[in-house]
Amino acid sequence: MIRTLVTMTATAALLTACGQGGQAGRDLSDANSDYQSVLLEQLIDAQPGDVIDIPAGVYEFDRSLMLTVDGVTLRGAGMGETVLNFQNQVAGAEGLLVTANDFTLENLAIEDTIGDAVKVNGGRNIVIRGVRVEWTGGYATENGAYGLYPVQTENVLIEDSVAIGASDAGIYVGQSRNITVRNNRAEFNVAGIEIENSVGADVYGNTATNNTGGILVFNMPNLPQRGHRTRVYDNDVFANNTENFGHEGTPVASVPAGSGIVINSNDEVEIFNNRIADNNTANIIISSLHSTGYSDYSAQPDFDPYPETIWIHSNTFTGGGSSPDGLDLTALKVLLFGLNGSFPDVLFDGYVDAAKLENGALPDALRICVGDEVDVLNADGPNGFENPRVETENYRCTHEGLPPATLSFLD
Amino acid sequence: MHRLAFLAGLALLLTACGQETATPRFIDSGNPALLSEWGQLEIRNGQLRPASGVVAYELTSPLFTDYAHKLRTIWMPEGSQATYREGEVLDFPVGTVITKTFYYPRSSEAGVLASAYTGEAPAKVSALDLDTVELIETRILVRRENGWDAIPYRWESNQREAGLNRIGDIIPIQLDHAGQRLDFNYIMPNVNQCASCHAPDSNTREIAPIGPKPRHLNRAFDHGDGPVNQLAHLVAAGMLINTPPADDTPRNADWTDMSASLNARARSYLDINCSHCHSPVGPADTSGLFLEPDTPVGPQLGLCKPPIAAGGGTGDRPYDIVPGAPELSILLYRMDSVEADVMMPEIGRSTIHAEAVALIRDWITQMDGSCA
Repeated sequence: MIRTLVTMTATAALLTACGQGGQAGRDLSDANSDYQSVLLEQLIDAQPGDVIDIPAGVYEFDRSLMLTVDGVTLRGAGMGETVLNFQNQVAGAEGLLVTANDFTLENLAIEDTIGDAVKVNGGRNIVIRGVRVEWTGGYATENGAYGLYPVQTENVLIEDSVAIGASDAGIYVGQSRNITVRNNRAEFNVAGIEIENSVGADVYGNTATNNTGGILVFNMPNLPQRGHRTRVYDNDVFANNTENFGHEGTPVASVPAGSGIVINSNDEVEIFNNRIADNNTANIIISSLHSTGYSDYSAQPDFDPYPETIWIHSNTFTGGGSSPDGLDLTALKVLLFGLNGSFPDVLFDGYVDAAKLENGALPDALRICVGDEVDVLNADGPNGFENPRVETENYRCTHEGLPPATLSFLD
Repeated sequence: MHRLAFLAGLALLLTACGQETATPRFIDSGNPALLSEWGQLEIRNGQLRPASGVVAYELTSPLFTDYAHKLRTIWMPEGSQATYREGEVLDFPVGTVITKTFYYPRSSEAGVLASAYTGEAPAKVSALDLDTVELIETRILVRRENGWDAIPYRWESNQREAGLNRIGDIIPIQLDHAGQRLDFNYIMPNVNQCASCHAPDSNTREIAPIGPKPRHLNRAFDHGDGPVNQLAHLVAAGMLINTPPADDTPRNADWTDMSASLNARARSYLDINCSHCHSPVGPADTSGLFLEPDTPVGPQLGLCKPPIAAGGGTGDRPYDIVPGAPELSILLYRMDSVEADVMMPEIGRSTIHAEAVALIRDWITQMDGSCA
């Protein structure tokens, strides 16, 4: 389903150099450039338990920041008041890189980094609260990849934060365990919020709009940890129709513009109580690595590309599916539903693990279950999309609700 | 700043000008303000050179840093020894001090430095003629009771002292590289960024040396009495024990040695430049790409492996390595860039190592297979 689309999207990217680039970004004429050396020293001298307060102001940085000490809090006066701007950055793959436990980042903004805005590589008990990461020149392929990017972390909370303009994912939690992402806003990123190869994630109370894809739950091969058990609930996921301005080759490059919630190759995903609207390709997409254009040789032999134990229920759907991204999907929509028709709310690429079939069907525990009163389109990817069909009844089943993610440091 | 200059002047009187020999010492805590306090290097007769008892060394293949030359030294307190460890950095005793001085030869044009790059490795020297080189920085790695500390020093323009600099610097360089002019900003990292390379185990995050592994040290070096094997030299000096027979000691290829196989040269280059992060325990294990010398040929080495979180680093290419197709290989794209969000390694260079890009291009070109 998505395979040819990848090429289409990439071609579009090459032709149009996606984005609103050229929009005037943050004006730094009155910015403070002396503070960089002060903060660098504070980060070097930090001791466990320290709180580094950054007063209100606009600060200009030309190099990345790094913190390696456990137990440090980095705090500003508010995401609109304390602004760390990296427009003139000449070195460093991110704005702030943290390799430490018990880290809290709150109440400030990090803008216009060349690469990722905030990367936390490893570590336990990570809190990111009230932080804005933004590329102020508008969404563009040249923007940094990730906004808030904890990877290989355990116990991570991201709340009340804002991510705008990332050329990959605004909020991306990778290869982590025990995750809560709540009450954030993600806008004009390729992926608004992405949970990848992670175990035990709750994603709730967020608003994801104007991204290419709103909320993604992915598994990628060749990584030490396979992800499962993600709950996506009480989110507003609407009008994620921004063109895919990501780089080809990245996992999100295969996401069609107009995707609300996307599950790719992940298991035990529960999507409920969300308000999902006006995502022009489909409000929910369920797919396999097979659909993202990767060769068999790419994956480790024991990688399981099949999305299983998926439970979609109690959501509110409005609009969506009326104007899919790319020629293939458009042709498919017109063929099945006519020029003025729409894809159903749930699009499934159709890949199932043949080795697990019993009498032609997956065991109940592994099924994709859709409890909402919406239709499901099986695109028949395994047979070259020869027989795409609405087969809603095959998904009328239920699963037990997943247990909540637990963060020991939360109330 | 004035105080530093004053101290520098004082130290100068005590050591450099007085032509007195420096005495290497172990400083067990703190961040000494001056490089000379360590006594590892001395300035005598217009030369910067290792103090008595301090051993200069080279690596089979070095890490690339903007064509900078590096004078490396190692010292340990009298009576203590390092212990040989297979496949790992030598187990150094408390008190060990390792220095690395980054410098460029001067060119004939005022203000322009030279890479002196001839396609072969630069001459191995253990004494630098200060009239002919420009010293940039000296980094100290010291093995203290609680582990290694990294302490960087920036050379004063008079080249007589280097002062502690923990927040790093951006140093404009004009370089004549094999007839081609390169203008770039040499980035001196801040202390925390030392951990970007020197914390090779992302679980413990302990600072550690990278170079002094048997496979990187196992080469000849001329300490003044003709070339001798560096490991044998350390053994003879009483600084290293428990070494295996020479035949059983691993050795990486010199990546510039055209008599070595293309594969050995490429793997050696990737080892010293990449594997401290790209290993199963390194900070880049998040990528699933491993570039250790024994990583099997396959997805872990990047063959047909899709990127994970490369962002713009993919260069719109599909896989880390596409056998036979360097122009489709992300690994090469990232070596061939100086964009901060694209280039690999992520820090430590502001120029493209063109000769190494050519090596890796050749290596990928001759690979069999495809990703179809």
